[in-house]
Amino acid sequence: MESEKALLPVTQLKEGESGTIWEIAGGLNAVRRLEALGIRQGKSLKKLGGMYLRGPVVVQVGHTKISIGHGMASKIVVEVRR
Amino acid sequence: MKKVLLMGNPNVGKSVFFSRLTGVHVISSNYPGTTVEFTKGYMLVGDEKSEIIDVPGTYTLEPTCKAEEVACEMLKGAAKAAVKAGDVIINVVDATNLERNLYLTLELMEQDIPVIVALNMWDDTKHRGIHIDVEKLSDWLGVPVVPTTAVTGEGFAKLIAELYKARTPRVRKHTLEERWKDIGRLVNEIQHIEHKRHTFWEWLQDRTIHPLTGLPIAALIAYAAFWLIRQIGEGLIGHVFEPFFTNVWTPLLLRLSVLLGSSGFWHDILIGHLFDGTIDYFQSFGLLSTAVFVPIGAVLPYVLAFYLVLGLLEDSGYLPRLAVLLDTLMHRIGLHGFAIVPTLLGFGCNVPGILATRILESERERFIASTLISIGVPCAALQAMIIGVLGKHGLWPVALVYFTLGLTWLVLGFILNKFLPGFSPELLLEIPPYRFPPLGVLSRKLWWRIKAFLKEAFPVVMAGVLVVGILYHVGLFDLLANLSAPLMTGLLGLPKEAVIAIVVGFLRKDMAVGMLLPYALTVNQLIIACVVLAMFFPCIATFIVLLRELGWKNMLKATVIMVLTAFTVGGLLNLLL
Repeated sequence: MESEKALLPVTQLKEGESGTIWEIAGGLNAVRRLEALGIRQGKSLKKLGGMYLRGPVVVQVGHTKISIGHGMASKIVVEVRR
Repeated sequence: MKKVLLMGNPNVGKSVFFSRLTGVHVISSNYPGTTVEFTKGYMLVGDEKSEIIDVPGTYTLEPTCKAEEVACEMLKGAAKAAVKAGDVIINVVDATNLERNLYLTLELMEQDIPVIVALNMWDDTKHRGIHIDVEKLSDWLGVPVVPTTAVTGEGFAKLIAELYKARTPRVRKHTLEERWKDIGRLVNEIQHIEHKRHTFWEWLQDRTIHPLTGLPIAALIAYAAFWLIRQIGEGLIGHVFEPFFTNVWTPLLLRLSVLLGSSGFWHDILIGHLFDGTIDYFQSFGLLSTAVFVPIGAVLPYVLAFYLVLGLLEDSGYLPRLAVLLDTLMHRIGLHGFAIVPTLLGFGCNVPGILATRILESERERFIASTLISIGVPCAALQAMIIGVLGKHGLWPVALVYFTLGLTWLVLGFILNKFLPGFSPELLLEIPPYRFPPLGVLSRKLWWRIKAFLKEAFPVVMAGVLVVGILYHVGLFDLLANLSAPLMTGLLGLPKEAVIAIVVGFLRKDMAVGMLLPYALTVNQLIIACVVLAMFFPCIATFIVLLRELGWKNMLKATVIMVLTAFTVGGLLNLLL
């Protein structure tokens, strides 16, 4: 089966799915805080899970697990192969 | 004197590092943001004394919360003075998270101050199959790099030796993008990671943040924690403290009572009143009877049990996961999930709880969190007394007090969130790996907290007992009782004399609960009194820390909210019960 590339916000990834960070479409402050934690363009990211009711999303970048509030997570756009 | 600043990302072990260098104990835990203000200590090497400063963790030198602001200001201060004094930064780096940690390293190196890099948690890299070429890293950075394991002390001799050779690195100023690019290239070159299979801990790690399994696990952990605290607390009282007071202390005091002639000024001050020829520790009110018994016999066992369990939770790394699980709920009350950590600390003592709100990003959040802690979160000392006084009447009165406090916490948070301008920032939190709590760290932390409790509680309880004695003697007490009668009796349904408990509550709330006993209150009255005492005006220590953290304007606002809430909820309970 041919795999297709898609650009999705982290919130729409499936649990356990990985992708490469395409862009962070947030304000300067949010981008800075995310980058300080190692979440930045070009890094690969794996979604470990998300809470219900627009709760935070948990991702892994490198060896770090990070939980990100729903709003901020929806601004992280990831390129995935499906 | 040479100054040594310990700087690094949150949760890389700076506080354990600090304890090891100075022998001074500071609280360390397994979550980012344990240290919210800086701590100083001294280290003696040969004849030279150096000042070691434990700086709050920060990811970058552009601060995002109050604790990080403290870190950045300290660094700026140090950078200015550094050229003369020969100060050094020890940049503590989590070796298992090299790439992210090195960002701060590069920033620090651009500050014109000598830097030594400590690759901490070195033992962990071995378990995790991470190989780092230390020499190459040191060459590339141009500063000494020493692998260390702070918990065991590995690498410290070498680190201290390097301290005296450190010099200012020569680096050009990077732009943000260049910094990351350089780090990426570097990490590729010096780090090699083996692929390892999932361990049991990692499997558990994923289960505890998954909503389906995580919430039941959280409920289970909460239940286990309460059960354990109760078992330990009751066990200590039953087997250690009660036998001591009945068999040793009481006979001793009774002998002293006879020596003092069974009455008179000194007898009343030291021993207090005798009931049926013996001492009633809750009602005698002497400096050697009640003032010794309340902090030690009634409160200490529970404080000990609470801090032991809290230490286990902190060091295991579970709390950040709890923050993720509760984030959605906490947003409803204007906070985010991580605010659960200061709240839990508040259950021990409100003072460290309110200090810990510095890990929150905005002033609004800190205001809401601090206000809610001082209203809805009873400290361990107060809880011990509530359980001691109400537990006799069964489980439901105790449960009702907790339920009322919890509900008030939630409703008030909801109201504050609605009416305060602004919004709650989003959760952005690193989740540390689970670790088996290091027993040395755990027991030192427990000892440190117990010492802090005794040091704080004793003088204040003594002062309280004295104040009560004086109020009685001067007759001021009757005036106070009559003045407050409409409020105490009319609104809350309590005897007007119970106002004395409120007065003492300004000093210490545990003692205040004890003061209710002589008035033979009904169960319902006791419930109302406990709730009002918990919510009403904070004790003096909490008051001071609120003033310092919020400023007097917000502190006044918080106080008005507290008083209004206490009387509203107390009045409602009086109507309903």
